[in-house]
Amino acid sequence: MIAELGLAALWLAAALAALQLVAGALGLTARGAALGGAVRPVAAVQGLLALVAFLCLIQVFAVTDLSVKLVALNSHSMKPLVFKIAGAWGNHEGSMLLWVTVMGMAGGFVALIEKRLPEPTMLATLAGQAFVSLGFYAFLLIASNPFERLSPVPAEGNGLNPLLQDLGLAFHPPTLYLGYVGLSIAFSFAIGALVTREVGPAFARAMRPWVLGAWIFLTVGITAGSYWAYYELGWGGWWFWDPVENASLMPWLAATALLHSASVLASRNALRAWTMMLGVVAFSMSMIGTFLVRSGILTSVHAFAVDPERGTFILALLAINIGGALTLFALRASTVTEGERFALVSREGALVFNNVMLSAILGIVLFGTLYPLVAEAMGAKVSVGPPYFNPMSALFALPMLVVLAIGPLLRWRRDKFARIGKALVIPAMLAAAAGIGLVAMGGAGMGGVALLPLLGLMLAAGLAWASVLPLRDRNLRRTPLPVWGMVTAHFGIAVALFGMSCESAFSIEKLVAVRIGEVTEIGPWGVKLDTVEPVAGPNWTALEARLLVRYGVDGKAVRMLPQSRSFWTPPQQTSESALLTRWNGQLYTVLGGEADDGRWQLRLWWKPFVPLIWIGGLLVALGGVLALAGRVAADVRRIVARDKIAYRRERQGR
Amino acid sequence: MNEKRRSFRWATWLPLALFLGFFVLVLVGLLRPADRTVASALVGKPMPAFNLPPALPGRPGLDSKVLANGKPHLVNIFASWCVPCRVEAPQLAALARAGVPIEGISVRDTTENLQRFLAENGDPFQRVGADDDGRVQLALGSSGVPETYVIDGKGVIVYQHIGEIRPEHLDLLLGKLKEAGE
Repeated sequence: MIAELGLAALWLAAALAALQLVAGALGLTARGAALGGAVRPVAAVQGLLALVAFLCLIQVFAVTDLSVKLVALNSHSMKPLVFKIAGAWGNHEGSMLLWVTVMGMAGGFVALIEKRLPEPTMLATLAGQAFVSLGFYAFLLIASNPFERLSPVPAEGNGLNPLLQDLGLAFHPPTLYLGYVGLSIAFSFAIGALVTREVGPAFARAMRPWVLGAWIFLTVGITAGSYWAYYELGWGGWWFWDPVENASLMPWLAATALLHSASVLASRNALRAWTMMLGVVAFSMSMIGTFLVRSGILTSVHAFAVDPERGTFILALLAINIGGALTLFALRASTVTEGERFALVSREGALVFNNVMLSAILGIVLFGTLYPLVAEAMGAKVSVGPPYFNPMSALFALPMLVVLAIGPLLRWRRDKFARIGKALVIPAMLAAAAGIGLVAMGGAGMGGVALLPLLGLMLAAGLAWASVLPLRDRNLRRTPLPVWGMVTAHFGIAVALFGMSCESAFSIEKLVAVRIGEVTEIGPWGVKLDTVEPVAGPNWTALEARLLVRYGVDGKAVRMLPQSRSFWTPPQQTSESALLTRWNGQLYTVLGGEADDGRWQLRLWWKPFVPLIWIGGLLVALGGVLALAGRVAADVRRIVARDKIAYRRERQGR
Repeated sequence: MNEKRRSFRWATWLPLALFLGFFVLVLVGLLRPADRTVASALVGKPMPAFNLPPALPGRPGLDSKVLANGKPHLVNIFASWCVPCRVEAPQLAALARAGVPIEGISVRDTTENLQRFLAENGDPFQRVGADDDGRVQLALGSSGVPETYVIDGKGVIVYQHIGEIRPEHLDLLLGKLKEAGE
């Protein structure tokens, strides 16, 4: 019953999306103007119906209704409730339903509250949103119906995969999805503006909060995903340039560029065509990323829903949506009037540089991700890894970070380096000092540092100081929240960069075979293997090592318990790493197998300052939250003021 | 100025051109999925040596030496818990009727389940070896069940068939067997 209700809601939502598209398109013409009034309410109801369908799916998962095929395939009556619910989107059909739900609700939300844009642009925007949604509704209803029934009803569900029962993994995909799909709003805004040629500051201000919101979710999602891979996979790395990771990084890069170019458009009415293009590209990257992951066209350790047939369907969707939007862009962009001019040395100039660099990194990541496919078309099998991605992306990231230190200090329109030179002396000296210190350390035989981490550490030192400089000479109480947001985010970049460089420069790795009672040294740590004992869990048995670790000579002994687990359904071996965090780094331990002579394999890493990578990522997201809060608060204040004025006018009698 | 404007107009088509390139590339990738299956590195190489214990009472297990007895063999990797294995059973039966010696390797299975499976789906096997820890399956570089290998009289792998044998595959397999016998 509930499944049928959900399916009905989904069909209705799809029908309303069609109505929204037609009414929005006709509303732009002179004869159909009367239809225009229907678009906003229809968009809101469409979002609501999609939400109803999604809640129905959660309900059938929560009660484990095994007559629904999707539940039977992906759930199990013995799962804890939270994982049953997470199971609703932990599969292909459910995640696509989540996708259209977020898209519908975001569109409905825009329809209800966005009043700044001229009505024709708004109609075109909502029609564009409906057009993209329709494709995904068709995909759901035709090729991956989540509410399909199963007959006969099986006695028990299939899915009790223990690896997927992890809280981080359960809430990681929805976070990323909110980011991916939130960018659809920017896409639709860009289409709306291209259709009506209304590109200007008002458009950028309307779009900015949506991009910011999506960007925050993407930032948090990527940071969390990176940490999950770090502690769960047990390989000690934090970024693998895996296609799935790249799929989330590419929209982030595009959205970051969009955020900055939108701020140029909002304050200076420049970079019009470029901002449009980024609006289209950002969401296109979300779709391309999803396609690459879902179609199974690239092999990845993460791919969980691989199906070439669905891949073809999504590819057709991509061709229609992205191809259509880019054609519209090509036709209209040259007629969008040129924006304001600015000098090379100016805030705009710095932001343009940042945009070009971000786009270049995006291109490099996209090319590296697709290269195996290119090579395969020519008959060779290759995989592209860190040796390509690290130096190539650094080539553009490092100059960008230098400009990141300088840009926020520059004035709009035109400026001189001489004016800000003094402020930059300290950051430059910090960077130089860090460089000299590290090189001297290498010269003194304490282990040299490779070029990239060296540059990274120097930049991190300079950037950390420079990023807070925009706050100088300001009354901190009166500083607007968006400025705080910018400073926090840029400081977060410096923090994360420091963590990444330290990880790559100073990590110590050790693979040892030790007897019980033996002590091995790694960096400042002494690690003693105390015991190895079997322990049992609900669906696994494990060998658990008890390690007594000591920091320095006179540190207190702390216990760490890495496990080597064997699951029996399906039979699988996993390593549960044990991590110990200090203020200055993390000790990472993994228990391997037993050697023939009774010694145990231990893999140990001492990673100085590694947690700063994720703390930095969260700071970047926090910066986004501050900026968003500032913008929304300003909007609310403005709306309240406008209402007050209207009210007063009314009281005074016209 | 005019010239700048023209170059700008040209540039606005660039994103679309790039996207078209991407589209063609992945289309080619999608339309040739068959090429993406990993061909066994073992084709043309001798069967790895193994000696599996019997999986069924009263039936010999599988020793890789048996496969080099001068006649071509079919080695089928299967399991009672594998649904596609039920699908391919009629085809295996047809091959057995055609006089092809079929050897089985059962992966991670129990005797009772195996007996029930063979009773329900027919039993084309001359020998069935029990690969309880999946070691032989791994040594063969097999990615899943079912998989079928054509072995020539010298014990060299001639062909690897991934997935279930469907009726339309019978001619292909018989052809490969004939090739192996020459």
